[in-house]
Amino acid sequence: MAEQLDLSLYVKRADDGAARMDLAIEGITCAACLDDIERGLARVPGVAHARLNLTTHRLAVTWDETRLRPADIVAALKSIGYGAYPFEQRRVEAEEEARAAWLLKCLGVAAFASMNIMLLSVSVWSGNVSGITQETRDFFHWCSALIALPAAAYAGQPFFTSAMAAIRSGRLNMDVPISLGVLLALGMSVYETLNHAEHAYFDSAVMLLLFLLAGRYLDQAMRRKTRAAAGNLAALKGEAATRLGVDEAGAETLTIVPVAALQAGDRVLVRPGERVPADALVLAGKSHLDESLITGETDRRAIEPGAQVYAGSVNFDGALTLRVTAAASGSLIDEVGRLLETAGEARTRYMRLADRAARLYAPVVHVTALLTCVGWLIVGATLHDALITAIAVLIITCPCALALAVPAVQVVASGALFRAGVYLNSPEAIEKLAEVDVAVFDKTGTLTLPEPRVANAADIAPDLLAMAARLALSSHHPLAAAVARASGRAMPFAEAVETAGQGVEAMVDGEAARLGSAAFCGGDDDAGETAAGASSLWFAHAGRSARLLVRQTLRVDARAVIDDLRAQGLEIHILSGDRAGAVEPVARALGVDAWRGGLKPQEKIAAIEALKQKGKRVLMVGDGLNDAPALAAAHCSLSPITAVDMAQGQADAIFLGEKLAPVAQAVDIARRARALMRQNLWLAVVYNFIAVPLAIAGYVTPLVAAAAMSGSSVLVTLNALRLRAHAIKTPSETSAAPSDAAALTLAERTTR
Amino acid sequence: MNVLAYMVPLALLLGLAALFGFMWTLKNGQYDDVEGSAHRILSDDDVKK
Repeated sequence: MAEQLDLSLYVKRADDGAARMDLAIEGITCAACLDDIERGLARVPGVAHARLNLTTHRLAVTWDETRLRPADIVAALKSIGYGAYPFEQRRVEAEEEARAAWLLKCLGVAAFASMNIMLLSVSVWSGNVSGITQETRDFFHWCSALIALPAAAYAGQPFFTSAMAAIRSGRLNMDVPISLGVLLALGMSVYETLNHAEHAYFDSAVMLLLFLLAGRYLDQAMRRKTRAAAGNLAALKGEAATRLGVDEAGAETLTIVPVAALQAGDRVLVRPGERVPADALVLAGKSHLDESLITGETDRRAIEPGAQVYAGSVNFDGALTLRVTAAASGSLIDEVGRLLETAGEARTRYMRLADRAARLYAPVVHVTALLTCVGWLIVGATLHDALITAIAVLIITCPCALALAVPAVQVVASGALFRAGVYLNSPEAIEKLAEVDVAVFDKTGTLTLPEPRVANAADIAPDLLAMAARLALSSHHPLAAAVARASGRAMPFAEAVETAGQGVEAMVDGEAARLGSAAFCGGDDDAGETAAGASSLWFAHAGRSARLLVRQTLRVDARAVIDDLRAQGLEIHILSGDRAGAVEPVARALGVDAWRGGLKPQEKIAAIEALKQKGKRVLMVGDGLNDAPALAAAHCSLSPITAVDMAQGQADAIFLGEKLAPVAQAVDIARRARALMRQNLWLAVVYNFIAVPLAIAGYVTPLVAAAAMSGSSVLVTLNALRLRAHAIKTPSETSAAPSDAAALTLAERTTR
Repeated sequence: MNVLAYMVPLALLLGLAALFGFMWTLKNGQYDDVEGSAHRILSDDDVKK
């Protein structure tokens, strides 16, 4: 039974019959890789075209399907040293890309318009001093109107549509005063031009759009970059499944397919050490499953035919044949789904800082403008003059700085988070993250590493451990995989032989080296007490032997990060689905008193709700399916990249890597960002305090308006950039080498 | 004044030409891979002989 790789799911066909596939490429380090990959593929017969996008690390290949299979392309890339993962663009990503193109078009139009109008306006301003004729000024104003009106109609769309949507749903957002300001400025300018007046505000209106569009585009570009990187990661960790089929001759076939290609009813084979690819029923085979990603429980569950298994669990000993079920069902999945529905409702009510500011700001501004008009009428001005002054107030207060205050910081902050290995899922994540005062951690896979490690590595002779790790590479057993991780990259031994259920054996330096069960290696299994949750393996070579304890270990910097978060004023809780006996040592090692074990999903929610009742804002960090509802219920949530899809979907941000440090960094960066946002909003308010009295008094000429607006916008942007200076410092502060105490494994801590 | 009557529209037309140029580059996907393009210009084997 030869195994074939089937990637047909990802192949798209063009009209001319050529096949096309997008691949996420791993291992691109420099620009030279671009030539490497494109030339390398061009040499493969049948490949029509290959183009690498160096920004997103994605490759688009078109080829002749009669001459080449998609798997050959992946193999060709592998042979030149790059990992390639077929990839399907997610819908959100395609939408964001379309929106980015649209914003860029609007930005281009606004830039063209504002530059040309400014050219005309500067001429008018200098002309007003040096003596310009009435008709020249009118001509310039009409030219400005000719550019400004269509340009604003086009480039203003992002603001107008959003403002309309807000008004229709009875809310006020920042786009409402912006749209109002732009429309009034344009309307008044046309009216004034008709009356041969001295002042027109075409430049202010269009420049406002230009600044705001630039801010919005940058904000969006940063989000797109994060999303693309996250998409690549998803492709990279996209797993394959072994599908069982029957060919024409009636013989069994094995096909390796991407998990996304699995359909209900498919039969799949899951070997020991592999992950269950989809929710399924067990048809044949007996095994133990590690379901820590699902329930947080670290003890393995015995599986027999007829049992329901969930995607993400790891098969431990026996090979299983499964039938994929259509919709995931089973008590746990149903319960999680139901809890998610209710828990998700609360979070849509969150109101962003900028919108809260707009809600306060808009009425104040509009009342001020009204009072100005009424005031001037009382003093005895004509209706025309009073209206013009009132509109000037609205123009000068049009919240350019206010609208840039938050996005400018957001761009810099998401960039800093991106570098720290934190990818934002939701746009309000930064603000919410900055507000948290309690951090709730899940244990399994969050505080501990997702895969088990050798816990007593420090007690074993280094050369013996290195040899064991090399030997372990030849085994598929999950415990062996943990041993293999104990040393860096190594080549497997050439002629290693695996005996199922026993261990692996190879000849090293003329002597047999064995890794496996106690009996297989001639060890004594009774030597030493096996701590709960740990499994032991033996290694023997040339008369020496070692006992390797394999268990879940804490992330190396867990203690340091917990201490750091505490120093930042956060209260730390641990809520785990694992049994209390397994949670307690972790809590003790981390110095956390508020811990609970054996919790069901709804109990996790209840615990979070109880904290909320006390007025706390909760940050939930978790990775399991059982954490998903709690992630949705919390004020803000983070998931490691290894989390199940359902949890990742609920999390506000995803963090990468084996360290926990990104969590502390994220809170730190978010807090600094929020402080800067507030500062920026105050800057905008101070600007208004200066500008509004001038406008009320009637001193605001178009020149003053232009200078004040661009001045305040530049000021808030520069202030936002201060975060960058801070953010560059943070990694060295928080990810400093963990103290020795934190680096100790859990096993060593508990035995003290 | 007379000279302005055609110089200003001419200047605007030039600006418009630049705007159309920008739209064209956007449509051509020239901003899709800014990093790659910077390096691609250095390699000359994309010219089909």
